[in-house]
Amino acid sequence: MLWIAQRASAAVLALCVLVHLATIIYAVQGGLTAAEILGRTRGSVAWFAFYALFVLAVTIHAPIGLRAVLGEWLGWRGPSRDLSLLFFAAVLAWTGLRAVAGVFS
Amino acid sequence: MNALKVSVWRGGADGVFEEFEVPRHPSQTVLDLVTHIQRVLDPTLAYRYACRVGMCGSCAMTVNGVPRWTCRTHVDKVIRDDRVEISPLKNLPVIRDLVTDMREFFDKWARAKGHFRGGRTKNEDLAPVPPDSEDRKRVDAGIECIGCGVCYAACDVVSWNPDYLGPAALNRAWTLVKDERDKNFLERLRAVAGDAGCHSCHTHMSCTERCPKHISPTAGIAGLKRAVARAALQGEL
Repeated sequence: MLWIAQRASAAVLALCVLVHLATIIYAVQGGLTAAEILGRTRGSVAWFAFYALFVLAVTIHAPIGLRAVLGEWLGWRGPSRDLSLLFFAAVLAWTGLRAVAGVFS
Repeated sequence: MNALKVSVWRGGADGVFEEFEVPRHPSQTVLDLVTHIQRVLDPTLAYRYACRVGMCGSCAMTVNGVPRWTCRTHVDKVIRDDRVEISPLKNLPVIRDLVTDMREFFDKWARAKGHFRGGRTKNEDLAPVPPDSEDRKRVDAGIECIGCGVCYAACDVVSWNPDYLGPAALNRAWTLVKDERDKNFLERLRAVAGDAGCHSCHTHMSCTERCPKHISPTAGIAGLKRAVARAALQGEL
């Protein structure tokens, strides 16, 4: 199931990164201020949903990838690794969603 | 006649290279070099071979850093500056000189449920398998493995994770997953899933690059990943 979650989150991330980059390139054409960004994101349910999905995909994808890296490069396997990565996933979700909520409200 | 400098691994895991001078001959194979050393220069050299024609899979060694079947590898193809360096296969314990302990390699075939389990008795008719069916073609693509261990020695994932079943065992499992007569389908998928199984493959394709029989274990492993995912999503695993 980890493999399926990794692949599914990768598919979501591929789309999210493209939309994110395209939005950045489009939005900065005429210069951009923090106030302009907040003006677009505050109260926008669509942007909130998009970036919340982005954060959740990262939360799933990054720890699973790190799990393999830690096992193969550092030889760190077993419950201690997996519990640490669960904590890492929680930190990613908390900080990411907090940032998304910050530009929404 | 030209002489060739051949460095050969001597001893166990903590051994050293020893250099020999071996006469060059046309169409000489790497196995010919080793055989010359053992028969003429140093009878204590340990190495393993049997058929000499690329069928038995017992003579694989590391030649100039690359795992190869030595009986079918011409010296001309691998020589560098009139030198050849020959050492035992990587990722396997060294018994002595060029001989590795293949037990773990073949134990992993068993762990991957690499044995056929049919559903018919000897009193029933043979099961017809159409030669042009898609499944049969996939089996054909992987079935000629000679168990030489070259793919296993070439695999980075085996070196990082000693529990990893490896390309040969997974390729064997794949040929049985695609064998419509076999009745061990789900048990085999369970055996090849997870951290020690197909999902650890990073698709480096070293096994496919090095396989002397031109099999692509990578393709079989990708097939196993799909088969496991499908069975998991359908709640069968």
